[in-house]
Formats: sequence, structure tokens, C-alpha cells
Amino acid sequence: MESTIISSSNFNAYFGTNHVVKNVNIEIPKNSVIAVMGPSGCGKTTFLRCINRMHELTPGATSDGKMMLHDDDVYEMHPIFVRLKIGMVFQRPNPFPNLSIYDNVIAGYKLNGLRLSKSEKDRIVEQSLTRSALWNEVKDSLHKKGTFLSGGQQQRLCIARAIAMEPEVLLLDEPTSALDPISTASIEELLYELKSTYTLVIVTHNMQQAARVSNKTAFFYLGELVEYNVTKELFTNPKDSRTQNYITGRFS
Amino acid sequence: MQELTSQLVQKPSRVIVQDRKTKYTGRNIRWEGVFKRSLVITALSVLVLVVGIFITLVVQSIPSIKALGIGYLTGKTWDPVSDIYGAWPFLLGTLLTSFLALIISIPFSFAIAVYLGEYRPTGWLSGFLKNVVELIAAVPSVIYGFWALVTLVPLVRKLESAIGVAPYGVGIFSASIVLAIMIIPYAASLGRELIQMVPSSLKEGAYSLGGTQYEVIRDVVMPYTKSGMFAGVLLSLGRALGETMAVTMVIGNTSLIPDSIFSPGNTMASVIANEFTEADRAVYLSALIELGLVLFLVTVVINMIGKSIIKRFTHE
Repeated sequence: MESTIISSSNFNAYFGTNHVVKNVNIEIPKNSVIAVMGPSGCGKTTFLRCINRMHELTPGATSDGKMMLHDDDVYEMHPIFVRLKIGMVFQRPNPFPNLSIYDNVIAGYKLNGLRLSKSEKDRIVEQSLTRSALWNEVKDSLHKKGTFLSGGQQQRLCIARAIAMEPEVLLLDEPTSALDPISTASIEELLYELKSTYTLVIVTHNMQQAARVSNKTAFFYLGELVEYNVTKELFTNPKDSRTQNYITGRFS
Repeated sequence: MQELTSQLVQKPSRVIVQDRKTKYTGRNIRWEGVFKRSLVITALSVLVLVVGIFITLVVQSIPSIKALGIGYLTGKTWDPVSDIYGAWPFLLGTLLTSFLALIISIPFSFAIAVYLGEYRPTGWLSGFLKNVVELIAAVPSVIYGFWALVTLVPLVRKLESAIGVAPYGVGIFSASIVLAIMIIPYAASLGRELIQMVPSSLKEGAYSLGGTQYEVIRDVVMPYTKSGMFAGVLLSLGRALGETMAVTMVIGNTSLIPDSIFSPGNTMASVIANEFTEADRAVYLSALIELGLVLFLVTVVINMIGKSIIKRFTHE
């Protein structure tokens, strides 16, 4: 029996009066990769952003329903604590342009005013960059600006920045959509490695990617969670006709 | 037969179209040249104007420069009756009021810029605040001078008697406060626009790491906008250096060197405005024009320093 880390029940999200996530019930097991896929505008990114309460930063955005992290309601916790426990990687790599690679990795600590000794910092930087498979490439240029890196390296730097805070869950919003195939492959490999330590939720509109990296896949369509199952099962034997239409390419 | 007729009918019309095309194209090409030339001439005329102003100032200052030399800048006495012209009190007065005004105005500009740019970019209160701030720049300076004379000067006088300095009311301090109010919109508007230009992806990155709004402003928004903010402050300084009317009404207009920020004093712009009509001798007039030249140069130098600092910021 796998233990659940995040579960939502009757979860809805809105932009103003626009109902974008409708009544979603989902249970996310620990130490697994969950792919969230669906056509553009299906609410998959919005749902992801609701998990760590990034959604509410958009003016006019609201939500209701329950979103549990273990036994705590995320919406009754302070958003800062939620985001420290649930990290996020964005669609476009967004390293802080004024900071070096080193400072980018520990940016979360600096931002939150957590003081670290030099040796602690060094350890966190090395560990995070090693886990994000970037250490060997940047260990000699740690004090250069992070924006000098290639797109794929920048994205791995953003992953390092997120896991440096040691979150329990890592949300990834189409992390490879702005990257070339080789960088994409290295990120996917990385996700596979990270699964042992973290729970990953990855939004993608790329079905092959969902099939390659995830243990379970959720298919969203027009704001509804249409189907949620073990990835292999969902792709080979979809229960819902809408899922079938999507994976056979009848709409995208 | 019918084909032939239709060809005969069509042919001339095609020729006409060709003719027209050539004619119009020729006209278009000529117009292109005229437009470009008149554009360049009009644009360059501004350059000529500025250079002309500078030359006029220099030429008109020559009698005073010849008569007074470098002692003009360091001279501590300005006494036209005895033909003694020392600009130091006004140079000091100008720099003192401008920098004091800058220091007073920065917290306000900064607060307005951050509030409108980051905390509440939309809504009726921010819309209202934004318009009022922009209105501050549009109000004629004589109105500020008048308000200061009626309201601010008595208040400053009370403050001065309370802390035990000579209660003039008018002086450097009052002038600085008026100037501070007048220059708020420059840094505030630029700051607001810059803050709104910070990419939301960077801010979201910081929020996703558990940053609070204050932390995001401190660690993301400020580093991203610092050089622009500095430019805004310089813009304000340039405005403060040259402001004349409101300052002249409340600064006290004495030619003595101010010994504290509560003393009356005078600024270069204010002296020129006050004494220009009384300048009955050539040297007196020329000395006033040289004051204008110094003011011109000070503003140019401050602008250049500012630009070079901005360059350094953006190269970092």
C-alpha cells in the first residue's frame, strides 16, 4: 500500500468568473512521478499552481475545495510554508539574472533570511547541483552568472534551486517545453533519478514524455480530471472515450 | 476578329496603368527624399539650439569672466553695489536645497513606486493616486511657492522657534520641502513603470521558494530596477537644480552663506530671476549670465555622472 502525500477533494479553481478547474479529486502517492496531461487550456497548469498556492498570486484568481498535504489542509497553512514544502519549476527557465550559479542555488535560503555557514552553503550547493546533474558542468564556474548557461542547464539550475530547499514535493510546469531534445532527454533522466527522494508532479502536453517519465498519469480535459491511472494502463487501455481520442491524436 | 478588337481596347488601358505607376513611383521616391531630409533637419535643429544657448551663455559671460576670473566661483560675497560678485553662496544654496529635497523626496517616491508597481497596480485608489502624483508635476511652480508662503513657512517658523533657531520661516529648509514635493512624480512614475516591467517569471520563481512579498521586492524587484531607479533620482535632481519660481518665493533671497539648513539663502536660478531686471551695469549683467552658465554646466555634469553610473550598473 503506497502512502498518499497530496490529495484533493472537490477542488475548483477560477479566474474571475471563469471556472478553469472543475471538481478535481486526486490522490498523489509518495515517491512517484505523476504526469498531468491534456490539451491547452484544460486547466492542468492551473491545477498544478493550486497545489502550492501560486494560483492565488494572479489577481482575480480564486479556488475552493480541499487540498491536503499529508493530513494538513494546504489552504489553512501559511502560503510561505506551503511553498517551502512544495517546490516548483517553471515552463521557462528563470534563474535570477543578478545572481551567480552558486547564489542562485541558495537563493531560497537567502530570500527567507536563513543564515548558513560557508561550509553549509558549499554542501547544499554541491549536493543540489549534483542531484540536478549539473555539478560536473558548472563546478569550475560557480561564481559566474547563471544566465550564461544554456537553456537546459538553466532549467537544471532551477531544479537545483528548488531542491536545495529540500521540499517534499516538486511541481514541474512543462519544464522541457522551451528546451531542445537533448536537454529534454537529460531533464527526463533527471526526473527519474529524483523520484527516489521526492514526489514529482509534472505537467506536460507531450504524451510521449508522460509515457516515458511517469508512474501514474492524470488526463485533464476542459477543467475536469477525466481519467487517472497507472501510466501504462492509461495509455494501453483508456477507460474514457475522451482519453482515447486524445492519445490517438484525434484532438490535441 | 473579336479577340483583335478586345486586344486593341485593352492595350491602351494597360499602357495608361504603366504610365501612372511610373509617375506615382517617381513621386514616391522624390517624397521619400524630401521627407527624410526635412526629418533630419528638424531633428538636428534641436542640437543647434542647445549648442547656440551654450555659446550665447559663454559669449555673454566673457566680460564677467575677464573681470572676475576664477575668484567668481569661490568668492563669498555678492555685492553688486560695490561691484563684488562671488557666486559661492548661490552655488552652495543650489546644491544644498537640491540634495536636501532629494533626500526628503526619495522615501515618498519609493513608497509610491512600490505601492503602485507591486502592491496595487490596479483599482480605484491606485488609479486616483497615480493621477494625483502625475498632477503634482503639472501644477505651475508659482502655485507651490504661494502655498509654501501661506502654509509651509508659518509651520517651519513654529518648528524653528520650538527647536531654538532663529525663526525666519523662509530659508533653505522651506525651499527644500517645496522642491521635494515638486520632484516626487519624476522618480515615482519612472520607478512604478520599472517595477511593473520586472518579469513575472522571476517574481514567481522567488515566490515558489517561499519568499514573502517584501522579500521578493528586496531580492528580485530592487536588484532588477536599481539602475533605472537611480536614473529617476537623477532626473529629479536635474529638476530640483533648475527650479526657480517656487524656490525664490520661500528661500529668503539673501546673498549670505547659509550657516545651517534653517538659514535663508539663495540659489543660482533664483538670483538670476530676481536680479536680472535690476542689472544696470554690463559686468553685473554678465555676472548673472555667468551664473546661468555655471548652472548649465552643473546640470550637464550631474547628468553625465548619472549616465556613467547607470552604464556601470547595466554592465555588471
